[in-house]
Amino acid sequence: MNEGVVIEAKGLTKTYGDATAVDHISFTVGRGEIFGLLGPNGAGKTTTILMLLGLTDISSGEVSVLGFDPAREPLSVKRRVGYLPDTVGFYDQLTAADNLRYTARLIGFKAREREKRIADALDQVGLQEFAEKRVGTFSRGMRQRLGLAEILMKGAQIAILDEPTSGLDPHATAELLAIIRGFKSEGVSVLLSSHLLERVQSVCDRVALFNNGRIALMGSVAELGREVLGGGYVVDIEADGAALADRLALIPGVSGVEKIGIGKVRLHADRDVRSEAAVEVVAMHGRLKYLGVQEPSLEAIYTRFFEAKADEGKTVKDGARHAA
Amino acid sequence: MRREGSAFQGVGVVVLKELSDHLTSVRMRVLEWLVVLVALAALYGAVQQIKETTAEDPFLFLRLFTTSRDPLPSFVSFISFLVPLMAIGLGFDAVNGEYNRRTLSRILAQPIYRDALLFGKFIAGLLTLAISLIALWLLVIGLGLLLIGIPPGAEEIARSFLFLLVTIIYAGVWLALALLFSVVFRSAATAALVTLGLWLFITFIWPVLAGAVAQVIAPIDPRYTALGLPTPMTAQMEQMLARLSPSTLFAEVVVALLDPTTRSLGPIYLSQLQGAVLGAPLPLSESMLIAWPQTVGMIAGAILLFVIGYVIFQRQEVRA
Repeated sequence: MNEGVVIEAKGLTKTYGDATAVDHISFTVGRGEIFGLLGPNGAGKTTTILMLLGLTDISSGEVSVLGFDPAREPLSVKRRVGYLPDTVGFYDQLTAADNLRYTARLIGFKAREREKRIADALDQVGLQEFAEKRVGTFSRGMRQRLGLAEILMKGAQIAILDEPTSGLDPHATAELLAIIRGFKSEGVSVLLSSHLLERVQSVCDRVALFNNGRIALMGSVAELGREVLGGGYVVDIEADGAALADRLALIPGVSGVEKIGIGKVRLHADRDVRSEAAVEVVAMHGRLKYLGVQEPSLEAIYTRFFEAKADEGKTVKDGARHAA
Repeated sequence: MRREGSAFQGVGVVVLKELSDHLTSVRMRVLEWLVVLVALAALYGAVQQIKETTAEDPFLFLRLFTTSRDPLPSFVSFISFLVPLMAIGLGFDAVNGEYNRRTLSRILAQPIYRDALLFGKFIAGLLTLAISLIALWLLVIGLGLLLIGIPPGAEEIARSFLFLLVTIIYAGVWLALALLFSVVFRSAATAALVTLGLWLFITFIWPVLAGAVAQVIAPIDPRYTALGLPTPMTAQMEQMLARLSPSTLFAEVVVALLDPTTRSLGPIYLSQLQGAVLGAPLPLSESMLIAWPQTVGMIAGAILLFVIGYVIFQRQEVRA
């Protein structure tokens, strides 16, 4: 196994009777990487996660989590991996700290270490004031944060988060995503699943788009954008200066220039041309007010890709988009 | 393929957590009060009856448990109704409750096996029942001393203690049944209803039905009827069928233990009674011998029910 790889799945398959929930998927997650499993509900994301944790049998294929086989060495896997289930539940009659204490005892931490870890973890997710409050009074966002605190307390090397942001308001989502970014800075690899493409786009290093139990596309959002949307980069410029548009069109790599308002120009290019564009504006003594590159949106990629598939009809070649 | 580590890792933690949940729950408090009040009523009736009627009895103390006074049933029959109720009350939402609270997958993602969760829940339930029953037993003994004023003999204490043990085993059977249904049914209400329904059927309807079914399997011989005797084959069949119910087994064990004059729990031929001094008490060891098969039957039943629940739980999907 590669040193930098923490999760490696090869041809992972799960069948329930005749139905195939997960169909020969292969992917790897690197150390310290945030990897997103994205796709509609029922696409096989949760099943994949449960197989990684050894909580459901693997029909065929191989998977290795930190070098362990979840089917044969589930305890070793579960000791090192934190899991936040879809709509996580806690014991409502117990306090936040007591809930974590129970988990900590199950993991087997000694009393002193346990208390320290719990206090630290609650602190990190901003729940220290609520440590002695009953979980029954918690909002959904607080429960999700408590779930992340459990993973922090565990000292997990991999955090597996199933739909961490579903059902949360924008503020709670932002808080949660900030904590998830915090995982990355501590060297924890994160595997998260979501059907909300926009929200997770900002945190994921790489994503796998699921459809009907298969990985349809995999890669970084920018890569996928280029691959699916075809048209490279879109750079927006706001500046004044005469004949700016003509001048910008001469930059190598720019395929089209579009005026989108007074002093606003949109460039279509096959690479990031922001620096050249800035040079041109300055050379013409123009005043640069705005310069930005549009990130390709996952939503657009997803919609475009599956529209294309639908157009191709039922005879789509499976392996074609099976990235690596 | 051998699994790594022990299946029992984490059992102790689960037991402690469940035990503290049980002992602090409102449900348990209600059940305890129900049992205590009912037991006191039965005891009061028994003491009144004993004071009025019994002149001399070598096992006066044991009469506390078995004597009834209209309209109240005896302490023992109260217990045989209420213990299943308590056990079902503790067990019906053991597993599906975790599932519905959405805590199951989170707990199972910790480094323990499913075995630990199920074992822990069963042990904790049984410990809770044992604690309540021991407290109740001590209460009865203490009140008996106060109300009758005659100290129990060593054998009486031994017999009533065995009765306590058997009651805990009996509770274990119902707890295992409740746990099984809590695994099978995702809805706690369905599990409770099915378990209670089965309890009603097994305890009240089956003993009646057993007679009818026995007559179908082994028809009554008119020659015996003409002599005014039950047909041996039919009687045996009826008893065999009735003993499928743990309530029947429990009742038989209780009779053997608390009534030292019990010599047999089934129909016997007159020839087998030759030389027997009817009404003379048996020594404790002989009574235990009579009660032994039924006791083993109950233990086996509890284990069987637990194993079925265990197997289903192991194969169950964690997710919705």
